[in-house]
Amino acid sequence: MTNKLLQAAAMQKVAEQHSGSRRALLKSLGAAGLVTAASGLALPAHVLAQMSNEQPPAKPRYGGRIRVATNSMSTKDTLDPAKASLSTDYVRIYMVYSGLTQFNRELGADPALAETFESEDQQNWQVTLRSGVTFHDGKSLTPQDVVYSLLRHKDPAVTSRAAPIAAQFKEVVVTGPMSLRITLHAPNADLPVMLASSNFCIVADGTTDFSQTANGTGPYRLKEFSAGVRTVGEKNPNFWKPGKPYLDEIELVGIADESSRVNALLSGDIQMALAINPRSTKRVRRSGTADIMQTESSLYTNLIMRQDAYPTNNPDFVLAVKYMMNRELIQRALFRGYATIANDHPVAPSHKYFNHELPQRPYDIDRAKYHLKKAGLTGARVPVFASPAAEGSVDMAALLQLSGIEAGMHFGINRVPADGYWSNHWMKHPLGFGNINPRVSLDELFSLFYKSDAPWNESGWNNPQFDQLLAAARGEGDEAKRKQMYWDMQELISEQCGTSIPVFMNLIDGHDKRIKGNFPIPTGGLMGYSFAEYVWLDA
Amino acid sequence: MKVIFQLIIKRIGLSIITLLIVSAVVFFIANLLPGDAAQEMLGQSATPEAVAELREAYGLNDPPMLRYAKWLGGLLSGDAGTSLANARPVSELISSRLSQSLMLAGFTALLAVPFAMVLGIVAAMYSGSRIDKAMNIFTLSMVAVPEFLLATIFVLIFAVELNWLPSLSYIPADAGVYDYFRAFAMPVATLCIVLSAQMARMTRAAVLEQLSQPYVEMALLKGSPLSRAVLRHALPNAVGPIVNAVALSLSYLLGGVVIVEVIFNYPGVASLMVDAVTNRDMPLLQACAMLFCTGYLILVLIADISAIVANPKLRTGG
Repeated sequence: MTNKLLQAAAMQKVAEQHSGSRRALLKSLGAAGLVTAASGLALPAHVLAQMSNEQPPAKPRYGGRIRVATNSMSTKDTLDPAKASLSTDYVRIYMVYSGLTQFNRELGADPALAETFESEDQQNWQVTLRSGVTFHDGKSLTPQDVVYSLLRHKDPAVTSRAAPIAAQFKEVVVTGPMSLRITLHAPNADLPVMLASSNFCIVADGTTDFSQTANGTGPYRLKEFSAGVRTVGEKNPNFWKPGKPYLDEIELVGIADESSRVNALLSGDIQMALAINPRSTKRVRRSGTADIMQTESSLYTNLIMRQDAYPTNNPDFVLAVKYMMNRELIQRALFRGYATIANDHPVAPSHKYFNHELPQRPYDIDRAKYHLKKAGLTGARVPVFASPAAEGSVDMAALLQLSGIEAGMHFGINRVPADGYWSNHWMKHPLGFGNINPRVSLDELFSLFYKSDAPWNESGWNNPQFDQLLAAARGEGDEAKRKQMYWDMQELISEQCGTSIPVFMNLIDGHDKRIKGNFPIPTGGLMGYSFAEYVWLDA
Repeated sequence: MKVIFQLIIKRIGLSIITLLIVSAVVFFIANLLPGDAAQEMLGQSATPEAVAELREAYGLNDPPMLRYAKWLGGLLSGDAGTSLANARPVSELISSRLSQSLMLAGFTALLAVPFAMVLGIVAAMYSGSRIDKAMNIFTLSMVAVPEFLLATIFVLIFAVELNWLPSLSYIPADAGVYDYFRAFAMPVATLCIVLSAQMARMTRAAVLEQLSQPYVEMALLKGSPLSRAVLRHALPNAVGPIVNAVALSLSYLLGGVVIVEVIFNYPGVASLMVDAVTNRDMPLLQACAMLFCTGYLILVLIADISAIVANPKLRTGG
C-alpha cells in the first residue's frame, strides 16, 4: 500500500468519517488540514463541532497579548529543539519552530513544512518541502536545512533527546531544489508521526549556538529569552500558514507551584495554565472567568514488577497484582474522574490501534487470592517503592496495600523523594512505579519500553514473540494486518508483561474564558504544547 | 579605636577561614547527592553510554579532590565556573538574579526593621498593658504561621478575591514606581510580618531588661518622662542585642525566602539554587551556597561589631 499522508483528496472525504475507518478519517484530515490552511482554519467547522463539545469557532480576532504558565521552568530551559525535554521546552519550541509534520487531534500527522511525505516501502521516504517558507531572519527554507536538522541528532556532542529515534536514519539527502529523501535502516510506517515531535523541529542549516537566539519558521519570533524566568515571542508576520498566528505576543513563564498557578489564572495574571490538579477544577469552574480543558492522553503511572527479581518474576504473582488493582476507585478517588480506565497495556482507548475486543481486567480479589496461592505467596510481605515523581503512585500504593490485605498479603510502602527518583529508584526495585509520557507512535512506545532489549524495558520483560511482532508491524504496509499485530501485542503485554497500568490520566489545562480556538491534541497539555499558532483572544 | 580595628581584622580573618571550611563542606556534601548532572540532564532517557559520554564532557570523572582544587582555584581567581545545565557562566546567572533578591531583601529590611523596633519598644514601655498583650499574641502567632500559608492567604484575598494586586511578582521592563509597588506589595508584606514578629519580640525583651535596671528607675525618679528614659537611657544599652537580633533575622532573608519566591514566582537567587539542586548543577549550587554563606558571615560580623561598639566594656578591650 502506498502510504500517502497527503492525497490530493477533496473535502468530501471528511464525510467518510461516519462510515469509514479511522485510517480513512486520518487521511482525509491530513488533506483537509492542507486544503483549509489557506483559509486560516485548521479543520472544517463541522468537523470541529462534531469532534468536541465546543461551539463551532467564531471568526478569530487578531491582536492581544497573553501570558501562559507551564509547571516547570529552570536554568535548564533551552532553545535547542534537540535538547527539549520538559513541557516548557516543548511549548517554547513549537512557538518558535515548525516541524516537517505536525500532530492533529486524532494523533495523526498533518503536513507542515513538508508538503508531501510519501513512501512505497516505508523505508525510503520522499519529502517535498513547502515553498516560500522563510526563517525569522529572512532566509528561505531549503532541503539542506532539513538535512542538517535531522542529522544533527546523530551527533553525540549535540546530546539530543531524540538520538535513539534518529539512530534509525540511514541517510538523509537532498534530491532536488525543494525535495529530499530520508532512508531508514529498516521500514517504519510511523516516521511522519515521529517527525512531528518537538525535538525534530527544523532549524537553519549550520546553527550551533542556541544559547540566546532561535531562528525558526514558527508562528512567533523570539523576542526575549531568559532561562528559568520567561520567554517572550512576538508575532511572525511571515508565518507560512496564511492568516496565522492571531496574537501579537505570548509570554511564557513557569510556575512550579500548582496552587500559585491556579491563583494566577483566577486573578487574571495568566491566561492559560498547564497541568491543573483535578482537585482545583471545581475552583476554576466556579470562578466564572476561567475554564478547564481536558485532554484524554495516554499518560500513565504503572506498577513495575521486575521479571528478574523474586517474587515479581512469578507469573501468578503478576496476575494476582493485576487483579488487585481497583481501577474504578483509582479513577474516582485519585483523579476525581479525570482519568480513563486502562487494561494493563499502554494503548489508550482513543488510539486508532486500541484493541477493544480484549476483555477489561476486573478488580477481583478472589482471583487475586487464587493466583497468590498458586504462586505460593499467600501471606508474603513485599516492599513497593512509590514517589511523588511518578504522579499518583503514592496513593496507588496505598490502595494496593488495602487490596493486598484482603487478598492475603502485605505490601510495605517505601515512599522515596521525587528528587533523583528516575536515576536512583526507577526500575531498580522488584516492585516500583514508573510514569510514562504519551508517545504517539506505538512503535516508538513499544520499542522504548516493552521490547526485550529496550533501554527502558521497565519490568525486564523478555518475550521473543512480542519482539517479532513489533519488527513485523514496523514494515507492514497493509493496514488491517498491521492493526492485528498491534492488537496481539497489546494482548501479550496485558496478559504476560510485568507491568500493571490501572488508568490513563487525563491532562487538565486551565484557560481564561476569552481564549478561543483551543482544542485538545492528545500528545500533551495546551494542545499538545502547540497552542501558540491556534489560539486567539476574544475581546 | 585601635582595639576595634584589630578586632575587625581578626574577625575578617576568621570569616575567611570559615568560608574555606564551608567551601569544602559544601563541595563534598553536594557531591554526596545521589545522581549527577549527566543523569539529570538525560532524565528518564539516560542510557549508560549517553551518561558516560556526558560525564566525560563535564569532567565529572576526575577524582573529587582534583575537582575541588580546580573549583576552589577558579573561585579564588574570580571564576565561579560554568553552569552544567545551560553552559552559561555561573557569575552571569547569579548576577542577574542577585539584584532581584537584594531588592526584595532591601525593601523588606527597610520596612521590617523600623516597624519591629517601634512595635518592640512600645510593647516594652507599656509591658503588661493591653497593647503589650495584643502585640504578644500577634507576634507569637506570626512567628508560628509558616510564610507559605500567609502568602497563600494574601494571594487568595488580594489577588483572587479582591483583584487589587497581581498574584505573581513580575516587574515589567519599563516599570514605574506603581509597578514596583504592586509587584512587591505581597511578597514584602509576607516577609515583613514573619521577620518583624521575630525582631519585635527580641527588641521588647532587650529593652525590658534594661528598663528593670536601677539606672532607669533613677532617671524616672529624677522626673524624666518614660519616653525619654526609654529612648535616651535604656535604648543605647539595648542596641547590642537588638542589632544582633536584626542581623540574624535579616540573614534569613538571604536563603530563607525560597518559599516566597516560589509562591510569587519571583526570579531570585533562592529559586536559582533550588534549580541547581534538582539539575545537579554543582558549580551553580556551590556558588550559591558560598554566596549565602558570605552574606551570612557579613551580617554576623556587622552584628558583632555593633555589639562591641555599643558596649564600652568591649570597646576598650577591658
